[in-house]
Amino acid sequence: MAELTERPFPPGDYPLIVVGSGPGGLQVSSALRGHGIDHAVLSADMQPAGMFRRWPFFQRLLSWTKPFAPVARGTRPYERYDWNSLIPETDEHRAVMVGLMDGTSYFPSRPEMQAGLEAFVSRTGLRVRFGCRWTGTRRLDDGRFELQTSDGTYTAGTLVFAVGVAEPWRPTSPGMELAAHYADTRPVEQYADRRIFIIGKQNSGFELASGMLPWAKRIVIASPSPAKLSVNTHSLVGIRARYVQPYEDHVLGGGVAILDAAIERIERGDADGAPFRVVTRRSLDSVEMVFDADDVIAATGFVAPLLDLPDLGVATFGQSRLPAQTPYWESATVPGIFFAGTIGQGSAGLKKHGIPSNSGAVQGARYNARVLARHIATTRFARADERPAVARDQVVDFVLDELTLGPELWHQRAYLARVLSLDPTEGIRDDGIVPLAWFVDAGGPDAIAATLETDGTGAVYPVVYLRRDGTVTEHPIEAHPLLDYRTASARSDLAGILAPMLGRA
Amino acid sequence: MADSAEIADELAGFALFADLTTPQLMGVAHAFEEAWFKDGERVLRQGMTGSGLYLILDGQASIRVDGEERAKLSRGEFFGEVSILLGEPPVADVVALGTLRCLVLASSAVEGFLNDHPTLMYRMLQASARRLRNANRWRS
Ligand SMILES: Cc1cc2nc3c(=O)[nH]c(=O)nc-3n(C[C@H](O)[C@H](O)[C@H](O)COP(=O)(O)OP(=O)(O)OC[C@H]3O[C@@H](n4cnc5c(N)ncnc54)[C@H](O)[C@@H]3O)c2cc1C
Repeated sequence: MAELTERPFPPGDYPLIVVGSGPGGLQVSSALRGHGIDHAVLSADMQPAGMFRRWPFFQRLLSWTKPFAPVARGTRPYERYDWNSLIPETDEHRAVMVGLMDGTSYFPSRPEMQAGLEAFVSRTGLRVRFGCRWTGTRRLDDGRFELQTSDGTYTAGTLVFAVGVAEPWRPTSPGMELAAHYADTRPVEQYADRRIFIIGKQNSGFELASGMLPWAKRIVIASPSPAKLSVNTHSLVGIRARYVQPYEDHVLGGGVAILDAAIERIERGDADGAPFRVVTRRSLDSVEMVFDADDVIAATGFVAPLLDLPDLGVATFGQSRLPAQTPYWESATVPGIFFAGTIGQGSAGLKKHGIPSNSGAVQGARYNARVLARHIATTRFARADERPAVARDQVVDFVLDELTLGPELWHQRAYLARVLSLDPTEGIRDDGIVPLAWFVDAGGPDAIAATLETDGTGAVYPVVYLRRDGTVTEHPIEAHPLLDYRTASARSDLAGILAPMLGRA
Repeated sequence: MADSAEIADELAGFALFADLTTPQLMGVAHAFEEAWFKDGERVLRQGMTGSGLYLILDGQASIRVDGEERAKLSRGEFFGEVSILLGEPPVADVVALGTLRCLVLASSAVEGFLNDHPTLMYRMLQASARRLRNANRWRS
């Protein structure tokens, strides 16, 4: 590979360093370059695509790319229908995934996704130092950071970690070390005619169960709380429709058992019986249930590989050990350290109605990375911010267009907002895409923020936030069945909501 | 960081969860999510829809109405239930006082959760009654 022989970014001092060459690292590097920010990209991998070089295990994604959509392919509005392409800084490299899929599914295969990310890198000419592992971190006296790597020492004033959340994690129950992690699943034929016990009711567990349906003799899936299904939560929370088949098999009595039970311990079985015994306790009534199994698989999740960042003061929380972050994905406790890619889930946002952002998936994280790059460019590198003027009589149409076509609002509901500010001296300005939590909590001049939201009932509806004299109010607009807000009724609703603001500026 | 077994252990020490068995506590630990707030960050926002039920694991929170502190909450205490039960936006801000670590349950999941855990519902009712009594005491 050209990337390997070239080996850019030798050890030394850089204004900014990005670690990781998964979709997160690649997207933030592309966007930083768009803002003219000189930076190095380091990755332990030998080629781009990050986690998608290995997973999903059964070789098909759960995020879609629709070749045919109500809007023209390769445009910004088309991004709403293409969850998997990274966003280039120039138009000709948009929607790379579409040309690489064979048409058998609108979920790309894992190799198609890998090819898409590789194509993005080669077409846009992104540069990465591959085979360079970050091993340690130090804060220098002048506030800059030092990174130790397998290639030597780097220094930088700003760090962006896009190291993913893909390090296998398993709980501490006794005998858990006897279980194989999702990451260590063997080729599926090796599970033929076996009793499989899967711990964990998230997508990874159900993905394995789906793939093993034609092979396993019996599948038990267990964890303490009931399975949630995305079609019931009306969000990406819960098991995606693609992986619901084991659930149907269970309710129809086919040979899959789905249990709400805590795993007490895993033991080795008797010499002549099953290799493993899993001792569980039912959540409902504490009744002990014991299962023989030929294989026990811990689909118990992943953590972020933060190495020594916690020692530097980076606070983490939750089972995935995500770094706690500001709305602009900066460590909440160590300024100058930022996060991109799926690790950006640590900036939870408002989580209205309990519905998280899509920052854990490419379709959400790619916009976070672009907003982050702009934030870094303006706040840490003193780049001028582009904030085009918007004519007063254009405001309503501008907002309705964004609510209907803006991919950032579509993919990051109640998380990213389109903001127009109404500073009396500057007139009306398009502030672009801003984290909603920032808009709501940070204060500032009078402004309008537009988002799309869901409340778990299934509808997707616009919400307009007005900031007037420092106080933020919230104004929902009724959902439209075709999700098109360029209608007379939405126009009159929005005009009514904005009237007090537009009357003033 | 904490896994659900550790969270279940923490919950076992809170009065609210005193009647639950270990497997039930594990279920609770799984159903709730962990959230982390830095000093001064808003957890609930006065007048804004879509909040959840919060339980404090570590730290303190200030209940503020129009910017004025009305009460402080600490480890083991919960908030957010009033707006969920009434289906109305919160009438107060809740703001982190120092670093605050909570468990959160989405509003849509609260009714089912309480129905599944009636003893917990009873203890929540007791805690609410105590708050009401204290509030009335201040007033008189
Ligand atoms: C099983 C599974 C299936 C998933 N399926 C989908 C899906 O279908 N669609 C979707 O959108 N999302 C999916 N996701 C979420 C997915 O992880 C993200 O969307 C995406 O891969 C995250 O990209 P990333 O760049 O943040 O991290 P990763 O892709 O994990 O990349 C991390 C990068 O950091 C590098 N790195 C890590 N540590 C170091 C170090 N110490 N030194 C140097 N480099 C380092 C790695 O080498 C790698 O290049 C899935 C996740 C899992 C776990």
